[in-house]
Amino acid sequence: MSEVILEVRDLVKHFPIRQGVLFKRVIGQIKAVDGVSLDLHKGETLGIVGESGCGKSTLAKLLMNLEKPTSGEVRYQGRDVLRLNPADQRRLRRNIQLVMQDPYTSLNPRMTVGDIVGEPFDIHPDVAPKRDRRRKVQELLDVVGLNPEHINRYPHQFSGGQRQRIGIARALALKPEVIVCDEPVSALDVSIQAQVMNLLDQLQNEFNLSYIFIAHDLSVVRHIADRVGVMYLGKMVEVGTDDDIYVRPTHPYTQALLSAVPVPDPTVRQHKAVIRLEGDVPSPANPPSGCRFRTRCWKAQEICATEPPLLQIRPTSGHPSACHFAQEKDVVHAG
Amino acid sequence: MSSPEVATPTAEAAPMPVTPAVVEPAPRKDKPRSLWTDAWYELRRKPLFVISAILITLFVLMAAVPQLFTSADPLAADLNRSLTPPDFGAWFQFGKQGQFGFDLQGADIYARTIYGARASILVGLSAVIGNMLLGGFFGILSGYLGGWTDTLLARFGDIFLGLPFVLGALVILSTFAPVQSNPSAFRITSLVILTFIALGWPSFARIMRAAVLSTKQLDYVHAAQALGARPGRVIFRHVLPNAIAPMVVVGTITLGAYIGAEATLSFLGVGLRQPVVSWGIMIGDSRQYMEAAPYMMAFPAAFLAIAVLSFVMLGDAVRDALDPKLR
Repeated sequence: MSEVILEVRDLVKHFPIRQGVLFKRVIGQIKAVDGVSLDLHKGETLGIVGESGCGKSTLAKLLMNLEKPTSGEVRYQGRDVLRLNPADQRRLRRNIQLVMQDPYTSLNPRMTVGDIVGEPFDIHPDVAPKRDRRRKVQELLDVVGLNPEHINRYPHQFSGGQRQRIGIARALALKPEVIVCDEPVSALDVSIQAQVMNLLDQLQNEFNLSYIFIAHDLSVVRHIADRVGVMYLGKMVEVGTDDDIYVRPTHPYTQALLSAVPVPDPTVRQHKAVIRLEGDVPSPANPPSGCRFRTRCWKAQEICATEPPLLQIRPTSGHPSACHFAQEKDVVHAG
Repeated sequence: MSSPEVATPTAEAAPMPVTPAVVEPAPRKDKPRSLWTDAWYELRRKPLFVISAILITLFVLMAAVPQLFTSADPLAADLNRSLTPPDFGAWFQFGKQGQFGFDLQGADIYARTIYGARASILVGLSAVIGNMLLGGFFGILSGYLGGWTDTLLARFGDIFLGLPFVLGALVILSTFAPVQSNPSAFRITSLVILTFIALGWPSFARIMRAAVLSTKQLDYVHAAQALGARPGRVIFRHVLPNAIAPMVVVGTITLGAYIGAEATLSFLGVGLRQPVVSWGIMIGDSRQYMEAAPYMMAFPAAFLAIAVLSFVMLGDAVRDALDPKLR
């Protein structure tokens, strides 16, 4: 496998819960991200899936340095991003860019497309001389499949898919190596989703980009990702290639997730074993002891309450899985 | 990559050239429409806006060049003409005086009413602009920075907000320009303006703070921060343009209120005073002659009411136009 470009080690983000009128006391912590480690290789797409509230978007914000982590490291090409001085941090930021979820709120309504896509050049003026900027912006619009003539239009004159393309053009402007995509297609129609994903795919080949692709839609992630990480309550529970996760899942949570994916073929659907989870996701302010999934797991034993399972390769799991009783089970093709 | 959603609205006109012109894009058929152009489009269709805009233009003209409306000197007094009733025949004759009658000192009420617009507009406009700058600045500061800065500024502003407006103005003005004193026109005018700013900025700051708080959480602000934009750029390019509308609306309405407040203070004798010509002073002067010479009060009071009303109506129309939810 190619070199590791981005390493995340034990990243933790706790949001304090405060109470009080004048002097706010901290009465607890929301453990949004609680010890996540991952590696991103050059040119690969790492998909991250999980249900709402499991910390996916907080993870993206931490990677973008929009939130300060409570502890842990984000290393880009071997350097710890969080401990650089501001000037180096700005320079480094060029290489990690973000594509946001909602194309309707991620573009400033008061700026023209040319200003939005050209803003990275204004912020980092040494990237492109001023007279080249207009041409560069038009090139970028062309690259993402928009009409370069539309440089003077405003965001509200575009459709959702077109706006997402503008967001992608903005992220591409500084020629980054890593793009963090925070649910980039979940706000779009299904037909437009496919176009945007194909665009991301094509850009990856063209510019040798690495993606961290956050989504809650399993089929979207399978389509685009080389490797997939599954998150539950702020922790990574299983990581592997897309075949590892989709065909040979070993963590009960992954299996439950996959069994909920709708199957279009009715004959297959009849034989599908649906795993129904009981109860709600526990509050991230007060997660269960030991394994966080144990309260909803049908395999839970005493050890699950006392010992948090490590995310590691196990005799029964060929890829890292955080379950004491990891066991391969093909849920999608079960028959 | 070609996709149907890239099809342009102007496609039926002519196929776009394959290589785009680098210098200038093809003739712009669709003018970019921002919120403000939309608002302007909306406003032009509102009779309320048109009427108030015409009236305000008239008042501003009066304030800027009163000579256009009268050739008489508002300060020239001739006791022979004291308390002469209005000469309605003079309304349609150029160069004649006494359209609105003459006051106790024998000064032309029409000329004084016209010249009085200047003080009212000047005080109202300067006070609102000052409030917007000061309140806007502190509002952005506390909204964007949050934390202790926010708490301190909010409590500091509450001190001024806790003071009833007229009482506060009375205290400040009677301290710095006692009723018996005779300050110069410039001194008393700027004092009144500063009083309004001192008492008014916290409410402007609150409005700005609320708008900034909701704007700074929007995705495009995060996007700019993720690109590495410095706070100054984020504030002036992204937050401020999207957060200023509520303050503009309140400012327009407050302008009318300030014109009224200026008249109130002048009437009470602590605001503007001779030799400044103002509607408030005229109304104050007239109070002992209500029965003998009602026209002394009627004309400046009518101008005052119409001016206040036009600014309030303008503010309403601007609010409706800027608020997409009401559309």
